[in-house]
Amino acid sequence: MNLLTLTDVWVRYGRVPAVQGLSMHVDEGQLVGLVGNNGAGKTTTLSTVTGVLRPSAGTIEFEGKEIAGQAPDRILRHGLSLVPENRRIFARLSVRENLQIGTSGRKDRAKAKEDIEEMLGRFPVLERYHDQPGANLSGGEQQQLAIARALLARPRLLLLDEPTLGLAPLIVDQVFDLLEQLKSEGVTILLVEQNAARTVSIADRVYIMRTGGRIEFEGTGDELAARGGLETAYIGF
Amino acid sequence: MASRRPTSDSESRQEHTIQDVIQTAVDSISYGALYALMALSLALLFSVMGLMNFAYGELIMVGGYTMFILRDDSWVLLLVITIVVVTVISVLMERIAFRPLRDASPNTLLVASFAVSYGLQQLAYMTVGPIPKGVSPYPWLVESLDILGISVSRLSIITFVVTIALLIAVTAGLNRTMLGIQLRASTEDFDMARLVGVRANRVIVAAFAITGVLAGVVALCYVSRSGSVSPTLGQGPLLVAFVGGVIGGLGSLTGATIGGFLLGAAVTALQATLPTDLSSYTTLFAFSAVIAILVLRPSGLFARRAVREA
Ligand SMILES: Nc1ncnc2c1ncn2[C@@H]1O[C@H](COP(=O)(O)OP(=O)(O)OP(=O)(O)O)[C@@H](O)[C@H]1O
Ligand SMILES: [Mg+2]
Repeated sequence: MNLLTLTDVWVRYGRVPAVQGLSMHVDEGQLVGLVGNNGAGKTTTLSTVTGVLRPSAGTIEFEGKEIAGQAPDRILRHGLSLVPENRRIFARLSVRENLQIGTSGRKDRAKAKEDIEEMLGRFPVLERYHDQPGANLSGGEQQQLAIARALLARPRLLLLDEPTLGLAPLIVDQVFDLLEQLKSEGVTILLVEQNAARTVSIADRVYIMRTGGRIEFEGTGDELAARGGLETAYIGF
Repeated sequence: MASRRPTSDSESRQEHTIQDVIQTAVDSISYGALYALMALSLALLFSVMGLMNFAYGELIMVGGYTMFILRDDSWVLLLVITIVVVTVISVLMERIAFRPLRDASPNTLLVASFAVSYGLQQLAYMTVGPIPKGVSPYPWLVESLDILGISVSRLSIITFVVTIALLIAVTAGLNRTMLGIQLRASTEDFDMARLVGVRANRVIVAAFAITGVLAGVVALCYVSRSGSVSPTLGQGPLLVAFVGGVIGGLGSLTGATIGGFLLGAAVTALQATLPTDLSSYTTLFAFSAVIAILVLRPSGLFARRAVREA
């Protein structure tokens, strides 16, 4: 079943179109990768899905319901949660408060409290620094915090924008392990990544996006290999 | 005999001076705390929605007129109704003037806040007129209190106790409650706060309600001291709080509060100690301070050092 469906979506910054007629979909339970060159329109796409930007044309459906143009806090309550580009944790809030605020969209306060403790158990660094301001965490630690914060919304669909950017190889491995683990727990994931090879290896389907939000390739890793693999698809990067 | 009189005279004069110094010190601290409340309010609105609300001064003016209308009623009624009226006006201000401009630039918001400020002043001129109305404080309030043999005005003590209690309450609320955490997150990155599910309307209305309650209390303390209310009553205190907030850094709630306190205390002390012909220069002094700060430390004296980037 399609959880998220974009149909012929156009997004402009002023008069400049950044995404031109994008159509894509994410199926329930899958991990879908979205890769592409710098400036292709990946972040713009996620911003539009989460309600930060308003599409100038096209439809965005979540579970069959139109969500395009709704406010971000409303879209989050439908069950979409974002790990944004550059993490954007709240630097002056403590680690625990960063997690607490991740539950803002939930009504089950008691369960949310339990989930925060569970999340602290899952991420030992966060437990260790729970009363420290977010600013004191290292980049990799902040990334874990951003993922934990997004997960605390209990999303049906988790959107991640370059979660491994600027991280040491060992930490990158940890993030990919975590994503596979989340997938096995049934979380649907849309992953934007520069690390195309890694993404193809864990994704059920991938989209390769070119400047203007144009989809160059869409399909499984095997289909991509049959077409000559990433190298062929990436010619002209 | 002849030599005793001058001695006792100078002794009493000295006593008088110590008395004055202590009263001025108490006044400076208590009114500094009052300006700190205002600066905190301005900083809260500024960092949540990029609004420098110059109409905040008019909330104090509205509070003053409410006190004038209720001057013959019981003091409990006067306290409660003044705070309620000012809070409601604050929330209405958001609903009517600022909500339609939610996504506007800070410049547009600034102009809008001037318009609201000026509009409310004109409304006061047209309805009650330019002549100041006397709001004589309860005699009990202005009586002096004897503390360890030194007499201090009761109003100063009450102002100090109430403002400090409010500062503590607001700080605790900001740190301990979910709404407080959401407000603080919104002051840091409003768009991200919305992305994690913080409802924009709720947080903004809360900010206007909280700062409205604070404005109500400021009106009660300030007008009790000034003893009268006129359409431009709010301008003076707003200016001091604004400049103090800028000195401390409007982007930081703590910084702005400290800045408001320091400048408020300094201005109160200067007005009490400078000769009359010089005390009218306190505004000049305030503006010189803000220019110096803007040149030397553009983000405020107490702005934290750059947050460590990954
Ligand atoms: N706020 C903005 N105002 C104007 N143009 C923008 C803005 N943000 C992005 N753009 C433009 O839109 C296009 C797509 O940008 P976007 O950030 O979506 O790319 P991306 O695929 O996420 O790139 P990267 O891999 O570098 O993060 C780019 O040409 C960019 O210059
Ligand atoms: Mg991007």
